[in-house]
Amino acid sequence: MLGVIYAMVAVGFTLFFGVLDVIKFSHGDVVMVGAFVALAAVVGGQGVGVISSALLLLLAAGTAMLAMAVLGAMVARFLVLPLRKAPALNTLLITLMLGLALREAIRLFYPNGSNPKPFPRLLPTDSYALGSMSLRVDSALLFVTGLLAIVIVHVVINRTRLGLAIRAVAQDPETARVMGVNFERIVMITFGIGSALAALAGVTNGLYYNEVNFGMGLLLGVIGFSAAVVGGLGNIYGAILGGFLFAALQTVGAVWFSVPAYKDVFAFAAVIVLMAWKPTGLIAEKSAERV
Amino acid sequence: MLLVTLGIIASAIVVLLFLEVEAQWKIAALAISVVAALLAMEKTGLRARMEEASSRHRTFSLSLAMAAILAIAGALHESHFALLMLATVALYATACLGLTIQFGYAGIANFAGAAFFGIGCYTAAVLTTHTPLPHLLVILAGGLIAALIGSVLILPILRTRGHYAALITIAFGILFKTFLEVNDTLGGPQGLKVSGLNILGWSFNDPIRLGEGVEASFYLSYVVVAVLLAASAYIVVKRLERSWIGLNFDAVRLDETAAAVSGINIARWKILAFVFGNFLAGMAGAVYAMMIGYIAPNNFTFGDSLILVSIVILGGLGNPLGVIVAALLLLVLPEKLQIIQEYRFLLYALLVIVILLFRPQGLLPRRLREYFPQWSRE
Repeated sequence: MLGVIYAMVAVGFTLFFGVLDVIKFSHGDVVMVGAFVALAAVVGGQGVGVISSALLLLLAAGTAMLAMAVLGAMVARFLVLPLRKAPALNTLLITLMLGLALREAIRLFYPNGSNPKPFPRLLPTDSYALGSMSLRVDSALLFVTGLLAIVIVHVVINRTRLGLAIRAVAQDPETARVMGVNFERIVMITFGIGSALAALAGVTNGLYYNEVNFGMGLLLGVIGFSAAVVGGLGNIYGAILGGFLFAALQTVGAVWFSVPAYKDVFAFAAVIVLMAWKPTGLIAEKSAERV
Repeated sequence: MLLVTLGIIASAIVVLLFLEVEAQWKIAALAISVVAALLAMEKTGLRARMEEASSRHRTFSLSLAMAAILAIAGALHESHFALLMLATVALYATACLGLTIQFGYAGIANFAGAAFFGIGCYTAAVLTTHTPLPHLLVILAGGLIAALIGSVLILPILRTRGHYAALITIAFGILFKTFLEVNDTLGGPQGLKVSGLNILGWSFNDPIRLGEGVEASFYLSYVVVAVLLAASAYIVVKRLERSWIGLNFDAVRLDETAAAVSGINIARWKILAFVFGNFLAGMAGAVYAMMIGYIAPNNFTFGDSLILVSIVILGGLGNPLGVIVAALLLLVLPEKLQIIQEYRFLLYALLVIVILLFRPQGLLPRRLREYFPQWSRE
């Protein structure tokens, strides 16, 4: 379950990296902002008088995804594209700072932002017993939604013309332009898709844990990035694999050590060791460098 | 020589005003005018002439600067807060000088600066309260342990490029903070108490009495230690940049493949830069811990690492003087301008974004390397 959330964030990272060779560190905070927008949408919806949970859910998820897609496109247009020619460090820094700015903006401007907010329970809460395990219906629903989202993205990238354009830009921007692909528009669209996915991840996270707080973006962002890197940047399957692997590491860590709080330490240490062993990730990134 | 003297006296007056003035609009006006003056100096070429003049009379300008700083400290000898500010700026500047070596010279992205600073702090805490080690050695030990842990972390960093290396430092920074919070032997989330600095029997935490009726805040001694540390770090970093070591660092930063092809051992220089940078950060951390007296894992978050990185970028990547100016601006301004205290992180982030978009060289861009000093003397 955790794996699906991480996988969604990781797929977003991979998309960005694949298209523009850019690590957008603000991705995790986009997840967080998405969750907050969804929360606001739910509150707004309830205020307007919408009662049905399913409708509220759709409203929340839809608003969040749309809003984040716009945010992602804006970020691409104003922050990332102008820095194309600059050294990679600048883009890294600017996205990091953007993430920090987003986090602080939510903390300061959302009413009572610095406290964690409860996320409304919009999913049925029954659970089925399967042998000695009990399966919660909402977990199963979220799992299926997450998988569906990843599958949809996969289909879009591999079977549609838009996906073809994205892949073309990822492989060779210059030739793609020569072939008539509008580079800037495709970049903005890719960022939009990635951010919409992030919004979905944020909503899923909120529904799963039943709370959102402004700090969750940072941890999720770093975890998503580690997952994407461990799986091999630029490779969607690798990102999915990385997401599940990271979740597995965290769970193993929680069970192994007597103090469950060590799980994050364990997971991050494992990531560092993995990076030392396989520097380009488990499914290695095929890269050619112009010397 | 005159140019250098004028420059240093002007800066000293500005710094004094910064630390003294209380009214908020005056501080804001002062900050804006400083930035405007720096940019104007750049346009008119005055800054280049001043830097050149000071590099010709190195000993003179350095000793005058030290005298000016001690004069400022003396002028403010009664104000606890101003002296604390001064010492904090000096210590953060030392840590950022270490970061400059990593970022600006060798091109290693280190987003765990606060973690290494914290390692120095915690080492000082543990060593002062549990061992009878003299405190000067404790400061050294703080730096050494930070360097040691850095040398373990460099292994994965060496095997990776660019973004991956940044990820490793970020992961380490978060790991450090989480580890401190869950581990109770190092105090857990409540943190540890650190005893004050005590060199050769002179306990730094007692108020100072110099003669009849002249009382100085006990922070004055800390200021002297911090400024000495910062000055030595500054001298070492400047010398390092001018030397063959600095040349090798720059080669590694600018183009790894070309450097490797030319026979430069990339691993060796990266290790040296990373370890030495962390050594400086660790030492600064040790002194900071002893000054503040109490440290908690909450002081060493990822946000604090980002502050260190912002200082390095704002000042101009690779320019040690820029680091000091930026440290002054970024650390003193939020304390003085109480309005923006809450919005501190947001403003830092926005400031760095704006700088990266419009003036990536920072406030005081790094000068071109002087390959043949004789040529600039004509």
